[in-house]
Amino acid sequence: MNTAAPGLPADQPEEVSGSPSQAELLDLEAALAARPEFQPHKAPELDPTVKPILTVENLKMYFPVKSSGLIRRTIGQVQAVDGVSFEVPTGGSLGLVGESGCGKSTMGRLITRLYKPTSGRIEFDGTDLAPLSTRELKPYRSDVQMIFQDPYSSLNPRHTVGTIVGAPLVIHDVVPKKQVLTRVQELLEVVGLNPEHYNRYPNEFSGGQRQRIGIARALALQPKLMVADEPVSALDVSIQAQVVNLLQDLQREFGIAFLFIAHDLSIVRHFCPEVAVMYLGKIVEIGDRDSIYGHSYHPYTQALLSAVPDVKQAAIGGRRERIMLEGDVPSPINPPSGCHFRTRCPIAREICAKHEPPLLQVGKRHKVACHFPGELGKHPVEPLTSRLLGVDDDGNPDPGGSPDASLVTKPGYDDTWFDLDTKTFGRA
Amino acid sequence: MTATDTTPEARKASGTPLLEVKDLTVRFPTYDGLVQAVSDLSYTVEAGTTLGIVGESGSGKSVSSMAVLGLHDTRSAQISGSIKFNGQEIIGMSENDMRKLRGNEVAMVFQDPLTALHPFYSIGKQIIEGYRIHNNVSKKQARARAIEMLGLVGIPQPQTRVDDFPHQFSGGMRQRAMIAMSLVNNPDLIICDEPTTALDVTVQAQILDLLQKLQREFNSAIIMITHDLGVIAEIADEVLVMYGGRAVEYGVTREVLTRPEMPYTWGLLSSVPDVAGISDVLVPIPGTPPSLLNPPTGCSFHPRCTFVSQVPDNLCVTTLPVLERSSTGSSEHLSRCHLRDPAAIYETEIAPIVAPDRTESPA
Repeated sequence: MNTAAPGLPADQPEEVSGSPSQAELLDLEAALAARPEFQPHKAPELDPTVKPILTVENLKMYFPVKSSGLIRRTIGQVQAVDGVSFEVPTGGSLGLVGESGCGKSTMGRLITRLYKPTSGRIEFDGTDLAPLSTRELKPYRSDVQMIFQDPYSSLNPRHTVGTIVGAPLVIHDVVPKKQVLTRVQELLEVVGLNPEHYNRYPNEFSGGQRQRIGIARALALQPKLMVADEPVSALDVSIQAQVVNLLQDLQREFGIAFLFIAHDLSIVRHFCPEVAVMYLGKIVEIGDRDSIYGHSYHPYTQALLSAVPDVKQAAIGGRRERIMLEGDVPSPINPPSGCHFRTRCPIAREICAKHEPPLLQVGKRHKVACHFPGELGKHPVEPLTSRLLGVDDDGNPDPGGSPDASLVTKPGYDDTWFDLDTKTFGRA
Repeated sequence: MTATDTTPEARKASGTPLLEVKDLTVRFPTYDGLVQAVSDLSYTVEAGTTLGIVGESGSGKSVSSMAVLGLHDTRSAQISGSIKFNGQEIIGMSENDMRKLRGNEVAMVFQDPLTALHPFYSIGKQIIEGYRIHNNVSKKQARARAIEMLGLVGIPQPQTRVDDFPHQFSGGMRQRAMIAMSLVNNPDLIICDEPTTALDVTVQAQILDLLQKLQREFNSAIIMITHDLGVIAEIADEVLVMYGGRAVEYGVTREVLTRPEMPYTWGLLSSVPDVAGISDVLVPIPGTPPSLLNPPTGCSFHPRCTFVSQVPDNLCVTTLPVLERSSTGSSEHLSRCHLRDPAAIYETEIAPIVAPDRTESPA
């Protein structure tokens, strides 16, 4: 990693407010150009041959809802995460998108084991983290780290930056006490902060710089996997790109895998070669960048993508045609029967209320959970899943049919998949 | 509508805009020094049109619009310049007169509806209050009006929802209720301060549609404050880019976003990834936004600008550029930059990054 000299404008904007000469200005430009995250960054590409570092299988997290009063009985459950399976490749990144309340942040907290899952497996580097006790987890804690959304509430205001970034080093006893400071300064330099500022408090830094402190802290233990929960959404537009580029540099430099949780579809598109779309605790569509952004088959993904305002629209003027979803996300305490999305779905039919669509692999790296999967405007008339589920087209039990045994949702992708054109399983 | 000597018809005939802000300067004295929140800001808004104001936090976009509503405490804020609404001067107006204007002819939609609505009163009560202050009507009539407004903004079963409290509404519905509240007196101007930032994209699309539909219906003017250039591109007729308390680029949206002339606007465009994937390169703006306590000399963007060396004689550092029409630009487009031919630089260096589909890449 190119660690530029301290005293960058990124650290001390006040120091350049004097009146530098033309030569100094040229130096300034050189210094600006020196930091790698200020360089143009291209979106990373997917390497399908890499083994997964994290495999999540049928993960569930139900939070109990208690009644009020003296005896607080459990009267319901919030199904925040309901049977989710996916893989994160070693050194790669998976994006998790969805609206608020869809369970994407709960997902991040499950993987870092801040919550204990109700059921399911979290296989990290060959070990299932889900059933481990706090004590058994400690060796794995250093391998999985988290970057939080709000850089204002995730840093202790009464601790100096040195204490904050050094805490993981001390707790896990990674370096001798005397070397903690040197290591902290190295880390600060890596994330583009002035190493001499280790003695300052968080309030002396701007939002973007605080997020860099959070990143330095997550980096301290050299994790193999980082869960980034909305890492840039609290930052200004011009700072967002800096932090995204920094994360991309760190990923390349240290081979860190990322689970990138965000609601901003364009940032996820840039950062993640693979994306999963969540709705009410379930993955509705998962696939590589091109499948999700280019040929999405799920009506929810299509609606999400069409709702994003587009700067390019300025050249045409006015607003473009978009799929309008009615209302808001339903409550996860009492989700709709069958397909969770059916209450807002523009193409919902009878079968959608009766049966939950299976997450069906429909392409090489593309899975979708919909009875009528198809590109926008080309959704099939007949449900494609009825025969697999052993029901007729309206979702009533079919005496002759039985559910297909191969419909178990697994992480990762198979070599064979359901071809939408021929409506059979086969290889491309 | 209050009886002012300038009715909309008369105003249109005489050619005065609905809102005219001229050389607006807002300063806040603090213990650390004078915060120069807004400096020499001028813009106009015509009836029935939308002005978008873009900028980062601390660029003065909210402060300038709060001045239009007279929301600054005159004891702690130093305001100079002129804000003319429907021909009346707002700066220096008495609090009594201001109250007649506020909520009646100028209304505001705030960013976070949960904090802007009172948790203790029902939605209906809060709408009725605003209506009865400005209109001499009975409670019953006002209630009917509140139900009508809630129905208009698309809240299902308004007859029963009118008695609900804000916590019983979802985020999108709260923002709809806020819009109903701001529209209840048919204002001529609605100021929307980041109305969709706290909402999900699908709900954001609903709210933007609603605002546009209502604007067509009532012919209101809208000032849309946001940091999302995409929102601006889709709904604003004119756009004002602010940086460090000053307007740095101002003009017709189409001109400003397709032929931007100021390096800060270039940076904003290139630092936002594109959901359609036409440009997959991300070029951030280096550095951090300036402190308003001690703003940089000359052009406030020069410490972060990568084109400083292309301007001779250190002009960027010593002299503040004027907001004017660039030598090659159109008359509907003003920018504040010393660069001699920004259009050429944009075409060769910036456009291949932000809009590779429109230009042939030189490489």
